[in-house]
Amino acid sequence: MVAVLVKVFGIENLEIAEDVVQDALVSALETWKFRGVPDNPKAWLYRTARNKAIDIIRRKKHSKTIDFSDPERKLLTSEYTLSSTMDNFWKEEYIKDDFLAMMYACCHPDISPENQITFILKSLCGFSTKEVAKSFLTSEDTISKRIYRTKEHFRKHQIRPEIPSSEEITSKTTVVLSTIYLIFNEGYNSTHHDQLIRKDIISQALWLCKSLLDTELTQLPEVYALMALMLFHTARLDSRLSDQGELILLSDQDRTIWNEELIAQGSRYLNQSAFGESLSTYHLEAAIAYKHCIAKSYETTDWKEILKYYDLLLKIKSDPIVSLNRCLVILELYGAEEALNAIKSIKDQKLLKKYYLYHATLGDIYQQLIQPNIAVKYYQNAMKLTQSAPEKQLLKHKIGEILN
Amino acid sequence: MKEFLMLIRGGQEGYQSASPNEMQKNMEHWQKWMAGLAREERLVGGQPLVSEGNTLTGSKKAFTDRPFAEGKELVGGYLLIKAESLAEATEIAKGCPSFEYDCSVEVREIAPVG
Repeated sequence: MVAVLVKVFGIENLEIAEDVVQDALVSALETWKFRGVPDNPKAWLYRTARNKAIDIIRRKKHSKTIDFSDPERKLLTSEYTLSSTMDNFWKEEYIKDDFLAMMYACCHPDISPENQITFILKSLCGFSTKEVAKSFLTSEDTISKRIYRTKEHFRKHQIRPEIPSSEEITSKTTVVLSTIYLIFNEGYNSTHHDQLIRKDIISQALWLCKSLLDTELTQLPEVYALMALMLFHTARLDSRLSDQGELILLSDQDRTIWNEELIAQGSRYLNQSAFGESLSTYHLEAAIAYKHCIAKSYETTDWKEILKYYDLLLKIKSDPIVSLNRCLVILELYGAEEALNAIKSIKDQKLLKKYYLYHATLGDIYQQLIQPNIAVKYYQNAMKLTQSAPEKQLLKHKIGEILN
Repeated sequence: MKEFLMLIRGGQEGYQSASPNEMQKNMEHWQKWMAGLAREERLVGGQPLVSEGNTLTGSKKAFTDRPFAEGKELVGGYLLIKAESLAEATEIAKGCPSFEYDCSVEVREIAPVG
């Protein structure tokens, strides 16, 4: 509903759109309390929000708040056309498009990723300012500022939410996908939170990606691939944390509680992603995740195949983090010496040193080389670099094992 | 481009006695016509008017609790549009949906004063 109302009032008037939705919900609760829930509550809500939107247009017709220069919005200023123009905004077939259009407007390279995510969670996923603030462990004030900045960007550049043309769709979707993946990772590996896994955020990411797949124009190979990737990760969620909230490594996870239904869904999407000429990083990451998902045990994992996918990934984009993960595969396949060589040959060591996984991996390697003192030192470095309580806990556990 | 006022007179009685279906059709016609004007950036504004009103006349401001004119003479609505010339504005006025109910449209250019 917010997406439709944003189209009515303009993206710079997000708060008016939100007020209308809020008002409609309050009216619904008050009315339904006495008269019972109507047969079609959604239609009732839409109707109520539509009428409230008309009231606001009538009131603000001559104010500068709403930009009526756009031809479609211009028709809202005349009583001859206000009502039927408003009805056009609410047509079912457009509502879905408005939603996607908002997503594309938010995912603009000029808007910082955290502002993008904030705006999407707020305007499309229905999170309150408080909830978004909680997700990022920051103040409501900060979130309000981010929303304000994003709105200012829309106002300044007179951005209207629209779905890109078929020529632009691939490049623009790339940004949207990376934002969805960021949201997913925020839920999957919450960097800002005591709780490592945030299922509410994960489900939003899945839902956003699914809405792309529900529209023909955006049924692109990489969209299917990202969906598959996220489903494979989600399938393993429950095995990643112990009852005490401690992180469990892949090698120790209980594979019987992996969600087979999600793995099967993921595989279907992965199959569907295999068309066209694009082989995206999502394809390869999904393929790696798939190999893990179908392995009966950690030991019988097809590490060789996985290593191939990592090599392909690095050909697409040299990424120190991917290189680091590749070292872990080498550690499994060829042992600690080889892994150490591999990790030392990664370019951009300076950047790597800021990353906790680099130190944790070196810790693992030295542990296997039976050099416990060095291993402990690296684990300690790693602990300093992560803010996540479960990750700290895991590293502490590893150090404990060596020292005892 | 100059600005023109279209004064739409009459047609309300016909419209009000029309069937809901016909009314709906007429509204769609308005929608289409005005959307075209808006797309061409000709539409400045415009509103329909209710039939009741008051009229004040003369230096004594004589008061009548109804509009000056009635029936076919009653102003039912107005539109402000942009056009190159009176001729063009007149051509545009031919599309007015109220003609379906026998209105008349007076097209007048906005006078630049001073």
